[in-house]
Amino acid sequence: MAESLLDVQGLKVDIPLATGTLHAVRGIDFAVDKGETLCIVGESGCGKSLTSLALMNLLPRTAKRSADRLQFDGIDLLTYSEHGYSRLRGSRMAMIFQEPMTSLNPAYTIGDQLTEALLTHQPGSRRKARDRAIYLLERVGITGAANRLSQYPHQLSGGLRQRVMIAMSLMCGPDLIIADEPTTALDVTIQAQILHLLAELQRELGMALILITHDLGIVARIAHRVAVMYAGQVVETGTTEEVFNAPQHPYTLGLMDCIPVPGKTERGARLGSIPGVVPSLIGDLSGCAFRGRCPFATSQCDDAPRLRDISRDRACRCHFRPEERRVTAELVPGP
Amino acid sequence: MLLYTLRRLLLAVLVAFTVSIISFGLLRLSGDLAAAIAGPEATEAQIEAIRVDFGLDQPLVMQYVDWLLGALRFDFGNSFYFRDSVVSLVADRLPVTLTLGALAIMFALIVSIPLGVLAAVKQNTWIDRSALTIAVSGQAMPSFWFALILILVFAVNLRWLPVSGSGTWAHFILPAVALGYYATPAIMRLTRTGMLDVLASDYIRTARAKGVRPGKVLFKHALRNAVIPVVALAVVQFGFILSGSIVIETIFSLQGLGLLMWESIGRRDFPVVQAVLLLIAMMYVALAFIADLLNAWLDPRIRVA
Ligand SMILES: Nc1ncnc2c1ncn2[C@@H]1O[C@H](COP(=O)(O)OP(=O)(O)OP(=O)(O)O)[C@@H](O)[C@H]1O
Ligand SMILES: [Mg+2]
Repeated sequence: MAESLLDVQGLKVDIPLATGTLHAVRGIDFAVDKGETLCIVGESGCGKSLTSLALMNLLPRTAKRSADRLQFDGIDLLTYSEHGYSRLRGSRMAMIFQEPMTSLNPAYTIGDQLTEALLTHQPGSRRKARDRAIYLLERVGITGAANRLSQYPHQLSGGLRQRVMIAMSLMCGPDLIIADEPTTALDVTIQAQILHLLAELQRELGMALILITHDLGIVARIAHRVAVMYAGQVVETGTTEEVFNAPQHPYTLGLMDCIPVPGKTERGARLGSIPGVVPSLIGDLSGCAFRGRCPFATSQCDDAPRLRDISRDRACRCHFRPEERRVTAELVPGP
Repeated sequence: MLLYTLRRLLLAVLVAFTVSIISFGLLRLSGDLAAAIAGPEATEAQIEAIRVDFGLDQPLVMQYVDWLLGALRFDFGNSFYFRDSVVSLVADRLPVTLTLGALAIMFALIVSIPLGVLAAVKQNTWIDRSALTIAVSGQAMPSFWFALILILVFAVNLRWLPVSGSGTWAHFILPAVALGYYATPAIMRLTRTGMLDVLASDYIRTARAKGVRPGKVLFKHALRNAVIPVVALAVVQFGFILSGSIVIETIFSLQGLGLLMWESIGRRDFPVVQAVLLLIAMMYVALAFIADLLNAWLDPRIRVA
């Protein structure tokens, strides 16, 4: 079996707070192959952004990262210094953020910021960098690309800025792009356009993509694999088809509840809403993190379940198989 | 932009007018000028002659209108003391004060901006705290006190630099440090808070995500944004420095406007005092204008709007 492009095992992110340590990411495992699209889904606050920042070593100052294994194309990222990382970032792994309005530097032109992405890693002619910037701006669907180079971020709309961010992430032709909810801050009409653009670029350029999104419709359409996160853990992974056709974890079942199966998915469909609240991430969790909201919970759920392999590519963090479960609590409909 | 410039000009005229009326009133009403100029041993007749000579026998309003008409032609009359025109006196001294001010603000910027950046980068470490301590003591210590310490250490004990006078460049060093030190705390603190804000911003994370090296992230991406409000502050501080030069020039006997002002007050040489006051007020207005221009130049969001 060929080695994965990105191999993550036991990734943890801890943030010390006045009230105790916040275990925001609690040991997650996943792998991404070359040219593959992995979608990470899960409720707000479950640690998706911190996971992606941890991969890039861009966590906030106070946050601490640890992992059993963190490999990118055979390189051990755990031993990498900030300097080593800066050679990798932008050139081989790039990132697109949630907030296009604030992610570009207000003091420099689009052109300066785009060409910098290339010139940082391949010092050379400004002209060539400029040409590539223009080419990519056109590629991400920006008209009048040459004129845009001399504009400042505040002169562009949110959608355009996110397209600029995408073009910027492509400047060096990276092997992996991490996109953290790239459309959450945008208008609904633009959201689909941007996501489709990303999917199209991924297919065309053959890079790997980790996409964090709430849009299950998009997940169904573009992801090769899905990882479902809950309270800082992966509760279910598998190929998109398997996860959508036969969700295993009760949490995934809850998410899927509101949306139809792939193929007849509504555009912009959102995650299903599940009654109850996420447990506090401060301190240790005892037992299954989901048991407070799980309609199938039993006394066995007071013991924390492991992420159990179901097949080669498929795992679920639950003591029970779907056919073994019985409803033990009535779901209280949300307000 | 045109409208903005016009508004600024109008403001300048208003300030000039107000300052001139107030200073004129205060100066002329502060006692019998003619008697003061003539000195304690002068006779009644001598005083009367001086009064007529200087036009001090006219009603106050007439004196002001006279002065104003002259000022409009850029003629501020003659010094009571030197029998020399005020304009040439001021023109003689102005370069000294401007040099001192420029050196002082340069000193302040060179010290406080790197210190502010360092304090932000090393936030909550002993480096940050000692930088803050320096800043606080700078604000607490009166500038004349600091100036005297500098003289004692560097001029009297170590004999590295001259004590007073304005003959050579070396004469400017201690006064510039004494004057500039006063402006460092504010600039340092604003640089520090600005850097802290900017370093936590999304676009800094973007720069790092692009692989930009840490040093370049700090100085190209962060400082460039953090320094925008600092520039405006520095210009304002430059105004304070110019007024502060009265004390410092007096201590170091630098032949600048500040010393001229100080001596002229003692000599009741009111045309000179009047003109210098007006000049300082105008400089404040001009500096505010320059601060705005610099801001617009540095911040693309203002520039285009
Ligand atoms: N700098 C920080 N300091 C303290 N807590 C933080 C910090 N950043 C994130 N957290 C907390 O860590 C948890 C995980 O945050 P994260 O941003 O990864 O969530 P997310 O899954 O990306 O959510 P969303 O869908 O809203 O973006 C949250 O509970 C959040 O409040
Ligand atoms: Mg997030």
